[in-house]
Amino acid sequence: MSDKLIDLINISKSYDGQVVLDEMDLYIRDNEFLTLLGPSGCGKTTTLRIIGGFETPDTGKVIFQGKDITNLPPNQRDLNTVFQKYALFTHMTVEENIAFGLRIKKKSRQYIKDKIDYALKLVNLDGYGKRSVDSLSGGQQQRIAIARAIVNEPKLLLLDEPLGALDLKLRQDMQYELIRLKNELGITFIYVTHDQEEALTMSDTIVVMNQGYIQQIGSPEAIYNEPKNAFVADFIGESNIIDGIMIEDKLVRILGAKFPCVDTGFGTNRPVDVVIRPEDVELVAPEAGTIAGTVTSLIFKGVHYEMDVMANGYEWLVHSTKMFPVGEAVGIHVDPFNIQIMNKPESEDEEAVTIDE
Amino acid sequence: MVRFGKFLKGFYVALMGIFLYAPILTLIVLSFNASKSRAKWSGFTFKWYAALFENEAILQSLWNTIIIALVSSLVATLIGTMASIAMNRMKKLPRQVMMGITNIPMLNADIVTGISLMLLFIMTDFAPGFTSVLLAHITFNIPYVILSVLPKLKQTDRNVFEAAQDLGATPISAFMKVVLPDIFPGILSGFLLAFTMSLDDFVITHFTKGAGVDTISTKVYTELRKGIKPEMYALSTLMFAAVLILLVLINRRRATHEQTVNH
Repeated sequence: MSDKLIDLINISKSYDGQVVLDEMDLYIRDNEFLTLLGPSGCGKTTTLRIIGGFETPDTGKVIFQGKDITNLPPNQRDLNTVFQKYALFTHMTVEENIAFGLRIKKKSRQYIKDKIDYALKLVNLDGYGKRSVDSLSGGQQQRIAIARAIVNEPKLLLLDEPLGALDLKLRQDMQYELIRLKNELGITFIYVTHDQEEALTMSDTIVVMNQGYIQQIGSPEAIYNEPKNAFVADFIGESNIIDGIMIEDKLVRILGAKFPCVDTGFGTNRPVDVVIRPEDVELVAPEAGTIAGTVTSLIFKGVHYEMDVMANGYEWLVHSTKMFPVGEAVGIHVDPFNIQIMNKPESEDEEAVTIDE
Repeated sequence: MVRFGKFLKGFYVALMGIFLYAPILTLIVLSFNASKSRAKWSGFTFKWYAALFENEAILQSLWNTIIIALVSSLVATLIGTMASIAMNRMKKLPRQVMMGITNIPMLNADIVTGISLMLLFIMTDFAPGFTSVLLAHITFNIPYVILSVLPKLKQTDRNVFEAAQDLGATPISAFMKVVLPDIFPGILSGFLLAFTMSLDDFVITHFTKGAGVDTISTKVYTELRKGIKPEMYALSTLMFAAVLILLVLINRRRATHEQTVNH
């Protein structure tokens, strides 16, 4: 693949003795859409602010295009930021907002005018230049914030939960818009969010973070299908995380029953965490399943039914397009390929958490 | 019943108006009274106003008042705005402590502030006069500026300041270009508040002024002690009119500003 655009080496940061980032290493390739994903307080925003130059790390270096920029102030970095609450200059018009960076760089009047027109077209707000910022909706303001950043032709665009303040429909529209923008501009995006769906939709690479540590780096598919630990499995989508014993390669015991799987290299009779996604649990006739249970709850969710099945003392979460009424006896079958084996958490940050959202 | 209610409402408002404005009206009427009597109306005259503008001492004190109010509120606005910026960056606890410290002079009885300042000037052998009054006014004006600037700063999104730097502005030019315009209404109202407070002050000026210097309020006080002087009524009327005009101007400015914002 192409070169590293930005390289974070051994970055640590604490506030008042509280560790926010602990010896983090991370690099971002040119033209990549990378998402930092995690719950609030995981260190994702701090990482972004260190790259942007708004925070200085306690230890470590930030290398940008081969140069150490750790102590460079934000105004001298060849990158731009889109802030969570837009941070538009409310006493200026849309045009003046977009022109802000270009005027500081003393670009010619004509150049600035062309750039403004180009940027407004790019974010689908052609003709809005003379408007006051306050007269725009939240979604429009966010587009202006993006336009204001990209006219400076940065190598790298940092986006700090830019869609967090928008409503669901608008958020989804803007996700596609951002992907389109990224492809048209050909610049690198670093995107911060706590929304796993947003991360899965847009990213080339997802970095899952918790409590100041990187939990997993990978493509959206890899993160979803092969979570490295209980935290990742739990944070990315819903899942059944069950205690298991790895009897031998390709065979795991869960809740007293033996399930064939495809994982190897965990040794023999070793305690592990087993992740099974709710859509991978197949409900069959009681005698046809690996284990048998009873449906205890049923909710219609539109695309599928969500059911809880009590089997061998564990309440399985099941998503299925086939409906089984409450009280019905069912068997549970899981395709070996859909069983994901993980090592037991070695530290608190790797444990599954309950997230209210 | 409804009609009676309406009448009661109107009556109440009228009563309030009378209570608030009857004293000032009396003053205005008396300033045009031909005789010195406070009890009898003996015809309309401008002579007290004419006498006022011939009185050198009064004109001097008017000049003092304006200069002191202007300079003290300008200096206080500068210091108060800088203090607000620093306080806004503080953590919560130190900020609250600082807030308390700056609020105390404002809540303190004027007479306590006045006497303490007087004692301080005496102790440090600082000759009372124009400068001591000016320093005293700057001192009591600063909290009013902080009180109106700090909330504006708190409202300002910190990211706005960072966004300007992100777009290439140095911290100083980022402050001048995006933060200052944002908090300017707060700075202006702080300045006007300080200006009014300074114009208004009697007690603190009284204790910190020397023998030779007078502002309007201390002048009125000494003149009235000497006997009835309808020129003083005229002067007070003019001051009332000036404040009224100032107030109307500020309100109109605010109203048009809000209109453009809401547009």
